[in-house]
Amino acid sequence: MRQLLKFSLVILPLLLLAPSVALPAPGKDSCIACHAELEGKQSEPAKKFDTDVHHQAGLSCSDCHGGDPGDESMNAMSRARGFRGAPTKLQTPEFCARCHSDIAYMHRFNPKMRADQLSQYLTSVHGKRLKQGDTKVAACVDCHSVHDILPASDTRSPVHPTNVTSTCGRCHADAAHMKGYNIPTDQVEKYRKSVHAELLASGDTSAPTCSTCHGNHGATPPGVSSVANICGTCHVFFAQLFEKSPHQAVFAKMGLPGCVQCHSNHEIVKPSDDWVGTGSSAVCTGCHSAGDKGYVAAQKMAGDLAKVKTFLGRAEEILGTAERSGMEVSSPKVELTTAHEALIKARVNVHSFNDVEVQKQTDQGVEISQKAYQAGVAALAERDVRRKGLGVSLIFIVLAISGLYWKIRQIESGSQM
Amino acid sequence: MKALIRPILNWLDERFGTGSVEEFLRHKTVPIHRHTVWYYFGGMTLFLFIVQVLTGILLLLYYRPTPEDAYESVQYIVTQVRFGWLIRSVHSWSANLMVLTAFIHMFSVYFLKAYRKPRELTWISGMFLLFVVMGFGFSGYLLPWNTLAFFATKVGTEMAGAVPFAGKWMLTFLRGGEEVTGATLTRFFGFHVAVLPGLATVLLAMHLLLVQQLGMSVPPSVERATAEGRQPPRVMPFFPNFLLRDIIGWYAALGVLGALAAIFPWELGAKADPFAAAPAGIRPEWYFLFMFQTLKLLPAKILFLEGELAGLAGFSLAGAVWVAVPFLDYRAGFGRVTRFFTGLGIFALGFIVVMSALALR
Repeated sequence: MRQLLKFSLVILPLLLLAPSVALPAPGKDSCIACHAELEGKQSEPAKKFDTDVHHQAGLSCSDCHGGDPGDESMNAMSRARGFRGAPTKLQTPEFCARCHSDIAYMHRFNPKMRADQLSQYLTSVHGKRLKQGDTKVAACVDCHSVHDILPASDTRSPVHPTNVTSTCGRCHADAAHMKGYNIPTDQVEKYRKSVHAELLASGDTSAPTCSTCHGNHGATPPGVSSVANICGTCHVFFAQLFEKSPHQAVFAKMGLPGCVQCHSNHEIVKPSDDWVGTGSSAVCTGCHSAGDKGYVAAQKMAGDLAKVKTFLGRAEEILGTAERSGMEVSSPKVELTTAHEALIKARVNVHSFNDVEVQKQTDQGVEISQKAYQAGVAALAERDVRRKGLGVSLIFIVLAISGLYWKIRQIESGSQM
Repeated sequence: MKALIRPILNWLDERFGTGSVEEFLRHKTVPIHRHTVWYYFGGMTLFLFIVQVLTGILLLLYYRPTPEDAYESVQYIVTQVRFGWLIRSVHSWSANLMVLTAFIHMFSVYFLKAYRKPRELTWISGMFLLFVVMGFGFSGYLLPWNTLAFFATKVGTEMAGAVPFAGKWMLTFLRGGEEVTGATLTRFFGFHVAVLPGLATVLLAMHLLLVQQLGMSVPPSVERATAEGRQPPRVMPFFPNFLLRDIIGWYAALGVLGALAAIFPWELGAKADPFAAAPAGIRPEWYFLFMFQTLKLLPAKILFLEGELAGLAGFSLAGAVWVAVPFLDYRAGFGRVTRFFTGLGIFALGFIVVMSALALR
């Protein structure tokens, strides 16, 4: 009897505790535990989720998908436990927006976080088409990935500035995917030849990518009237000059897209002075023809730019020669940088399409270049004077040495050493 | 002409007793042999030193030793002051030629064993003069306050900081603080125009006095040949024969200096920016290159010593041995030539040439 009592006291409590031992330990997520054991696509979320920004922020599967991560049975995924399952493509924006549109909730993780992604998305071409039932368009996960979402600042993220072009290009450069939308598919290829891509490749992550001009969540092609505004967000002076220029009203009237008209849109290459004027590379002749006012102004601006460059080159060459001759010409060289600045300002002023404004700068550049050139001429003249002086001095020195030599011969001719 | 000078000399003799100097000069002679040519390098070094003093005084009229003004004042000298470019270039080229002729003079004295008894003090004063000349070069290099000079001084003074125990104090003493700043410039200016000229004057006076007192040394081989009757003793009067030859050399040096200044004016470079990164290829003046290259090639650790420290210790020891050569090679005083010291000289010369060439590659 005593043995039975001992058995009851020791074994029975253990038997009672047994089920609780089999349950997941506190904090253990049954979603991860079970999905990690599954095969193929079913196991992917569990395997990828470790690096996900949501997981890093302490969220679990159930925060998006609902259900009960504490229950290791299939009941965990029952509607009764709040399980929402995986959203369809059409449901995705709202699915993510449950949290991302809740500013109070989002600020718990990052006080600077925006919560207008959904409202922006709904204004985008992507959002509008999705609402119409087009599931080929991009929704949240198409750009941000899913279950391994990284912050945009992470260089591995598909929306990091260095990866944006490839991410957009996955659809926009795929002719088969874009069939039926009636838009070109060479944007990525063209962008990669642009000065913007070159800047980005050099490590400048502030260089514009697709989303800088088109927006990200509210992605939309800029309208003809707003192109100058978009370029002007970075190229402020150019946009201001264009706004005040005679081109602004004419372009608007003719339905021409501002900056893009001369600089192209995606393949924006480094501009050259040859674009201004009436030569074979000039963009002005696309609209202006011989005799019209714009044609004359273009010729004048090209001539002024060429003039200041000629004077600058001449001054640089002569100062270089003087410097290589050992002359101290650092002051005129410093002054010449002002002429360079005047040339840069003149190039900027071209966007006013006002030849008088351009000439103000080029005249200044020419004047400074001429002064620097004169300083170079003076330095070379000084060099020649020095060399002539040296020649004369050497003649006197040779004469003195000859005289001394003669004197020694004279002294020593009579004596025996 | 003589009729005009004689009354003046007599007038001076009555007041200063210069007749004895005249008498000394009349009897002073210089030996003639196949090594006589080396005698001229001492006089040449003295001539270049005088050029340094004169051009240095002229530069002082415009130079301002502050970080704000130093570069600009040198720029002003070479661009605005009449013949300023000539004075500055001659000063810089003459400094380099003076170091070169001083080295030639030192090695010729070494190989001809002119340091032997009784000229030990002539050698020692000459060696200290050489150190002073190198000090002039090191301190003067910083004065234009350009980028190269600034960083070379930084590296150069860092070496002093590597010396155990006194290193930190030496570094602070040289720089006038932890870093190369305006305080360093003022300090180097002080060394360059006051301390070193003072030392040089005393040493030079001693050196020249000893040379006059003891006369020119005749190499042992010539002495032997004369003693054995193989070569008759030949001399020439110092005044005017040797002096006129000296003057020919000085005129030639003046021509070379003028040509260098006119064809290759000494560069000024860019103004020093203490906050900028050190430009590539920083190296000291050519006469410090052999030390610079040696320290660069040394391993990080030599036995228990740091490589750089071992190098500095080695150079200090070598310098001390070099100064003490007249006492170490005392046998030379008895006319016996020790091959070891001749070999040591060839090794030292070869080492300096090879290391400098390696650094210039």
